[in-house]
Amino acid sequence: MSDHEYTPKSKFGKWFNDRLPLLTLANHLTDYPTPKNLNYWWTFGGILTFCLITQIVTGLVLAMHYIAHADMAFDSVEHIMRDVNYGWLIRYIHANGASMFFLAVYIHIFRSLFYGSYKAPREIIWIIGIIIYLLMMAAAFMGYVLPWGQMSFWGATVITNLFSAIPLVGEGIVTWLWGGYSVDNPTLTRFFTLHYLIPFLILGLVVLHIWALHVPGNNNPVGIDIKKPSKDTVPFHPYIVIKDGFALLMFMIVFAFFVFYTPNILGHADNYIEADPLVTPAHIVPEWYLLPFYAILRSVPDKLLGVVAMLSAIFILAALPWLDTSKIRSAVFRPLYRQFYWILVADVLILGYVGAMPAEGLYLLVARIATAYYFLHFLVILPVLGFKERTLPLPLSITEPVLGGSPNLAAAKKKSEFK
Amino acid sequence: MSEKKIERRDFLFTATYAVGAVGVGAVIWPMIDQMNPDASVKALASTEVDVSTVTPGKTITVLWRGKPVFIRRRTQDEIAEARLVKLEDLKHPEKDEDRAKDPEWLVMLGVCTHLGCVPLDQKGDYNGWFCPCHGSHYDISGRIRKGPAPTNMEIPKYEFVNSNTIKIG
Repeated sequence: MSDHEYTPKSKFGKWFNDRLPLLTLANHLTDYPTPKNLNYWWTFGGILTFCLITQIVTGLVLAMHYIAHADMAFDSVEHIMRDVNYGWLIRYIHANGASMFFLAVYIHIFRSLFYGSYKAPREIIWIIGIIIYLLMMAAAFMGYVLPWGQMSFWGATVITNLFSAIPLVGEGIVTWLWGGYSVDNPTLTRFFTLHYLIPFLILGLVVLHIWALHVPGNNNPVGIDIKKPSKDTVPFHPYIVIKDGFALLMFMIVFAFFVFYTPNILGHADNYIEADPLVTPAHIVPEWYLLPFYAILRSVPDKLLGVVAMLSAIFILAALPWLDTSKIRSAVFRPLYRQFYWILVADVLILGYVGAMPAEGLYLLVARIATAYYFLHFLVILPVLGFKERTLPLPLSITEPVLGGSPNLAAAKKKSEFK
Repeated sequence: MSEKKIERRDFLFTATYAVGAVGVGAVIWPMIDQMNPDASVKALASTEVDVSTVTPGKTITVLWRGKPVFIRRRTQDEIAEARLVKLEDLKHPEKDEDRAKDPEWLVMLGVCTHLGCVPLDQKGDYNGWFCPCHGSHYDISGRIRKGPAPTNMEIPKYEFVNSNTIKIG
């Protein structure tokens, strides 16, 4: 928070602000002191906000034409594609927007992992982020069911059946989720309702995410605590706004490429076949952004343990601030962590790849090794690394390495001798 | 405050919480239960199937409660194969005699017990069914032999109304 008290210039502004301090909030957001060394990996917060709003706006429009009924949903989606003015555009933006949303959120999460943004005092920001990520997966999954194609139907069947792995009450929970004895019309209508609801829950959590962020302020590539405002900060507006805006434009080019040139490349052809409860498609694969977790599910030969492993892979992230015992945030000063970080990135990409392949032979073996390594990284490597690793000396400020040469203790020592 | 004494006010608090909890529960339960199968879904509980056209070695698939049911008329070889399997070799030990009342007819839910896909007929390592989703292999009695599925494919309640008609449910 900026320290100075803000007073609006106009008389009306002052009158209004005394009654509802919206202008104080706006002033806080524009003047907000931001580390001056934020790189482009930090622009994905803004990009994600854009993605959320895009999904809400296009989703609202689609809901005006879509019919949530097992007999009509498939046709109503084709109606949107063929009859509704610009329906094809709006639907392609919404469908590819989901993929873009996940692309951005994965970059955002891996930026956090690299620069240690989840560490004290930012644990709550991180946990809210994980909840948002979980809700995103729920929303994406339910949204994928709505067109009522073959992949919709069988994806819904497989994912809801995950709950049947729970001992004793599992079957009851699945029947309750379905509202019947299989995925059918009651399932579709409730998924539509929840798919409509979740983005607004996410919106609320985004507000909390940003609120929690504005208490300690942004982490930065150097990962040290900085004084705010100081030589190390710049006001959010115009500096960060312009940088975020430029990154957003670049992102929109990628987005537009998918929407206009390969709108179906991230989907499955099977979803243009209407749902048939008697025939399962030969090769069921979830959307690309869920593949790593799908690979983990399939790599365990036991039903209950497979589900447990998959859910643990997600929930383990919430415990990350306590699993990573190192006090140093940024991987820039952690030579060993930096290497393990890139191994983890490769590991997750490999999981994603084998998740898309049939679960047999070599693929299965690779999936098992990669799953084991994923848990090894979080449960063994990170906790041990915090104690064993020899980290590099941290600079005293963001400005120091720029003005005072290399960031090392000798320089800092010399500086204190001058005093 | 010296000694903790139960006062009238403590009693009133406890009573209020208790009544409040019951009230909240009474409001929440209908909200949860409305998601369970409704009367119209439950009404579709049984279905009758004409099996007169099914020849030995053929499987038909019918829809019951939104789920596929496999009705297979097994050949003598298949029956012999199913009955020869030792129970020790099974992940979910069940005798074929208990699964097929009339050995010629195997009536079972065509739903993989792993995550609910529909297994493919006459595929897999055991000459029975194979689930394409996550690779579960079932034998000619619908018993799980290999893969992630925990149990055999389920046998629904069914009966022969006459020699040509099976009533499922």
